[in-house]
Amino acid sequence: MAHSTTLQPNAASAAYVDAPRTGTWDGGNEPFKASYGKLMMWFFLLSDAFTFGAFLTAYGLIRHKHGVFTGQAKDFFFSTAHWPIPEKVFNAFPGLHGIDLPLAFVAFMTMILIFSSVTMVLAVEAGHRMDKADVQKWLLWTILFGSIFISSQAWEWTHFINGTEAGTRMADGTIFHGANLTMNQYGPPLFADLFFFITGFHGTHVFSGICLLVWCFIATTNGTFEKRGHYEMIEKIGLYWHFVDLVWVFVFTFFYLV
Amino acid sequence: MSAHAAPEHGEYTGEIAKPNTAWIWKTFWILVIITAAEFAIAFSMTSPGLRTLRNTIFIVMTILKAFFIVGEFMHLKHEVKSLIWTILVPTALLVWLVVALVTEGSYVGEVLSHMFSS
Repeated sequence: MAHSTTLQPNAASAAYVDAPRTGTWDGGNEPFKASYGKLMMWFFLLSDAFTFGAFLTAYGLIRHKHGVFTGQAKDFFFSTAHWPIPEKVFNAFPGLHGIDLPLAFVAFMTMILIFSSVTMVLAVEAGHRMDKADVQKWLLWTILFGSIFISSQAWEWTHFINGTEAGTRMADGTIFHGANLTMNQYGPPLFADLFFFITGFHGTHVFSGICLLVWCFIATTNGTFEKRGHYEMIEKIGLYWHFVDLVWVFVFTFFYLV
Repeated sequence: MSAHAAPEHGEYTGEIAKPNTAWIWKTFWILVIITAAEFAIAFSMTSPGLRTLRNTIFIVMTILKAFFIVGEFMHLKHEVKSLIWTILVPTALLVWLVVALVTEGSYVGEVLSHMFSS
């Protein structure tokens, strides 16, 4: 069955006695050659990009408002006077306590998320072939990688909040370890605030994505999509999942690399 | 590149086609190589004098990665032109907002440091 021009699969059933009208001015046009659901997912993602864009804009402004550490990287020290160098903040790895491994854990997290994106496309591809077993397999892999990612983020947050043993001497003379929303050992208070809000918002997206994927897995297993005749829902959730990966690409660059 | 465009939703006949995944793994390796290069640069270009160049390379690589994720994984490259532009034009305006406010941030910082410290 080739694509017919109508957008209403079963509109003719109950409400309409006549055949659905498919003329140009009756809504029969499909200028974007994409289904309603996919198009709306794109527009939702665009609006979500604005949300993250607002975060990154605020981050850029606040970061450039603060001073830059001008010395060599090896002489770097934590101070509220300058913005921290990310590889000096994020240098811990679970199970390897006290070893300086700059950005190693975030590299691991990035790889996991790229992997999850690949398994997601593989699930979409399997859906095009109506291969139920393959869809299930790749959805499970995606759920697994997504879960590893947010678990890693939970560890990263814990480490960030608890801080290092050395801590940093604050203006009032006390040593402060770790970070909260008003004080942190790594630099200006806004650095920790932005860390919590940006990675937190991204983590929330990953969590919602996992929930959607679990639902998709149950629906696939129940044969819902097979009965429907297509796996477009997997494609729509897939678009969302790749968007979350895309956001991480930007968070990774602007929070961890630059 | 219509080779891996989504096939029409055919009627389910019970036989399952062979997977066509070469393009997925190709995109995967491109993303891995770009990410690895980013790390290599993060640890080899540490001189403060090269900071602007380094950050420019990072941003270019990020946009390159975004191109592959959105174009291939999200399939936007294979959609009709009007949909591509519908997504890209608002995003481009967003990039402008970031550039404008980063510049503004430097200025705010300069003003504050001149007014509140001697």
